[in-house]
Amino acid sequence: MSSRPIKFYQVGSHAAGNRLLDPELLSVAADPNRSNSITKGHRACQGCGEALGARYALDAAMRATDGQLIAANATGCLEVFSTPYPESSWQMPWLHSLFGNAPAVASGIAAALKAKGRSDVRVVGQGGDGGTVDIGLACLSGMFERNDDVLYICYDNEAYMNTGVQRSGSTPPAARTMTTQAVGSEPGNPFGQGKNLPLIAMAHEIPYVATATVADLRDLEAKVERAMGMRGARYLHILVTCPLGWSSAAGETIKVARLATETGLFPVFEAIDGEVSAVSKIRHLRPVEEYLELQGRYRHLFQPERRVDVLAHIQAIADRNIARYGLL
Amino acid sequence: MDKPFAITLDVGSSLANKTGAWRDERPVYVERMPPCNEGCPAGENIQQWLYHAEGGDYEAAWRQIMLDNPLPAVMGRVCYHPCTAVCNRAQLDEAVGINSVERFLGDEAIEHRWKPEVTAERSGRRVLVVGAGPSGLSAAYHLTRLGHEVEIHDAGPLAGGMMRFGIPAYRLPRDVLDAEIQRILDLGVSLHCSSNVTDILQTMTEGDFDAAFLAVGAHIARRAYIPAGEAAHILDAVSMLRGVASGEKPLLGRRVVVYGGGNTAMDAARTAKRLGASDAIVVYRRNRERMPAHDFEVQEALEEGVVMKWLSTIRQAGDGAVVLERMELDDTGFPQPTGELEELDADSVVLALGQEADLSLLDGVPGLEIEDGVVKVAPNMMTGHPGIFAGGDMVPAERTVTVGVGHGKKAARNIDAWLRGRELASAARHEPADFELLNTWYYSDAPKTVAPRLDAIRRQSSFAEVQLGLDEQNALFEARRCLSCGSCFECDNCYGLCPDNAVVKLSAGDRYEIDYDYCKGCGICATECPCGAIAMEPEPS
Repeated sequence: MSSRPIKFYQVGSHAAGNRLLDPELLSVAADPNRSNSITKGHRACQGCGEALGARYALDAAMRATDGQLIAANATGCLEVFSTPYPESSWQMPWLHSLFGNAPAVASGIAAALKAKGRSDVRVVGQGGDGGTVDIGLACLSGMFERNDDVLYICYDNEAYMNTGVQRSGSTPPAARTMTTQAVGSEPGNPFGQGKNLPLIAMAHEIPYVATATVADLRDLEAKVERAMGMRGARYLHILVTCPLGWSSAAGETIKVARLATETGLFPVFEAIDGEVSAVSKIRHLRPVEEYLELQGRYRHLFQPERRVDVLAHIQAIADRNIARYGLL
Repeated sequence: MDKPFAITLDVGSSLANKTGAWRDERPVYVERMPPCNEGCPAGENIQQWLYHAEGGDYEAAWRQIMLDNPLPAVMGRVCYHPCTAVCNRAQLDEAVGINSVERFLGDEAIEHRWKPEVTAERSGRRVLVVGAGPSGLSAAYHLTRLGHEVEIHDAGPLAGGMMRFGIPAYRLPRDVLDAEIQRILDLGVSLHCSSNVTDILQTMTEGDFDAAFLAVGAHIARRAYIPAGEAAHILDAVSMLRGVASGEKPLLGRRVVVYGGGNTAMDAARTAKRLGASDAIVVYRRNRERMPAHDFEVQEALEEGVVMKWLSTIRQAGDGAVVLERMELDDTGFPQPTGELEELDADSVVLALGQEADLSLLDGVPGLEIEDGVVKVAPNMMTGHPGIFAGGDMVPAERTVTVGVGHGKKAARNIDAWLRGRELASAARHEPADFELLNTWYYSDAPKTVAPRLDAIRRQSSFAEVQLGLDEQNALFEARRCLSCGSCFECDNCYGLCPDNAVVKLSAGDRYEIDYDYCKGCGICATECPCGAIAMEPEPS
């Protein structure tokens, strides 16, 4: 979609880079001089999608702003694993305040910069789905309606992972968490609950809303670059695999995120001023089972017996997304 | 207390936290054997030369081929490309057109007059090569490059063997063949044509040779007994093709029946069409599935109007006609006669029933063993007589140019070792790079660039080359379709996709390194490596 087309090069634009590519066409992640906004030694779990997503997004934002960037971080995994005081993994100006107020802090930083006349320094607010979808929603909605000059990034791992995998407003139906156990006739998280924050953001008619996953690096980077080229309130929602909370293999973090999009369960799109303007088409359509099977949080759909009814229900959600966003 | 307000501890970096200690498995960069290399009878490192071609460095690609095979332009035309048959890309869309790229590189080399280099010191040893076919030429080339003095003797008037006197010009234009042979001779190989070696030991003694490589080929047509009338016009395919290659025009008549189902039968039938036959009919006792001829040759023959009579044998040949008997395959796939006869008009019958080697030059050589009409050789290509090696069609193997070239190389290396009194160390073989080890998501969707072919009508009447080559752009595209199975091609995935920044990107060509101080062993790099060049191994305790 928003990424540049690249001449046929064996892996085309699917891989992070390629020895044959013009260095200008490398992804930020493939750049040997990338800023590594979050550096090694952080305490994220093996195969953490959020650590990866945060580095992708912030490195791309750092490049887009020439390193003139400040981040405000909500409480959550990202904050906890990156900054057990006095160690920090952040190699950029970074600020943590509370669980629920990251959008407000980011708005404040933007306001201060405006007052100082520093239009060159840009602001990112970021948090997990708990801090964004649930606890920080009021602050975020305020940031949107005032059209504050902030890019807010939500790293969505679909539950409160840091505190022990409790359900959030972003937990998908049928998923097992500590608070939605796989017991009873309708095991896991109930259907018909939760909220879709990209659509809530679009309802504010802010300049830019987009979704992305850690499985499509170039798409993610292109969206960050695009967002940093705009002013006003912008929202980026990134699906990040959580091997701990999803009970998926650490090495399959990218594979799982890829299947989330290839099944249609997680639509990847862009919206300008509240209208969907572009979607990432599904390259090889897969049934939802292939995505669900890789994750222990859905094991009760396959064992002790196959829950055909629940699987059909989840497939219907994917089919609806495909039709709604035109993913094929 | 010179710390800022409310700060009591020094701010540290997470670099102090060596997360490598968490690991129970570690990623390791590996090389695996790609199926194309495994499948190449000439032992080419196909993946490596495609790697150079992908970058547009055609000369480096050509030089890589030349390490194993001195005849890329020939091979790019006549090889039956077993590499393509096993190419992993075939399971994705279509196999890489390796053969077409090789031909492009071979033609580039001829056009730009690239030359191989001889850097080895002169050994002072002399090696006799008997036969200037693919195997003999290959051996001569490799022996020269290893520092030995080589003399080739060939019974024919020109070098090339079956490449010149067996393969029709529409598959291998003679200027291409000449250019590649000349390039070998230019290295200092001395060639003696029309020199029939009749006693190998005598020739070796007279010429003061330290070793010999025999590659006399298989030029004698196998005959089958067919009751024939006096007026029946029967000839064999080998002589016919040799005659045509030498400029003769054999009298075949308008209706030509070719008996046999191999590649030579296809060559004979297609040549007959080109010589003006209105009908060329191939009679074969089994069906198409069981035909030894390669599929594309059968396909091209059919396109040119050659007619196939499956499940038939010739019972009798008479004046202007042959009698065919219909056959049936039994449970084991062997053809059995049915007794049903039919007559088929035929002005001539061409027998293409296989070839045998003329091994009379070996009479009386002590230790040398001949079995089923071919010479027995050890794994190092040496016959039972020390110092005499043999290869190509005269030893037990599939009879193709590619196998011959491979034998030549293998024999040359072993002759070199033998002359120097050394054992030839066999290179360690890597684990196979199976399709399941690849992550094909990352490769661009790109079907094969099909080399254009001469229109069927033009083909039937001329000996112009049927398969045309790829142009530069197509060849580059085709080379870039290579998946580089089992060998890192620097796509940056491991570096880009590591959540712990534990992969170090080195300078171009040097690939990457794992920083085991921080690598947590999650395995994302191994899963997301497109070509299966990273393995997860248990952490050493």
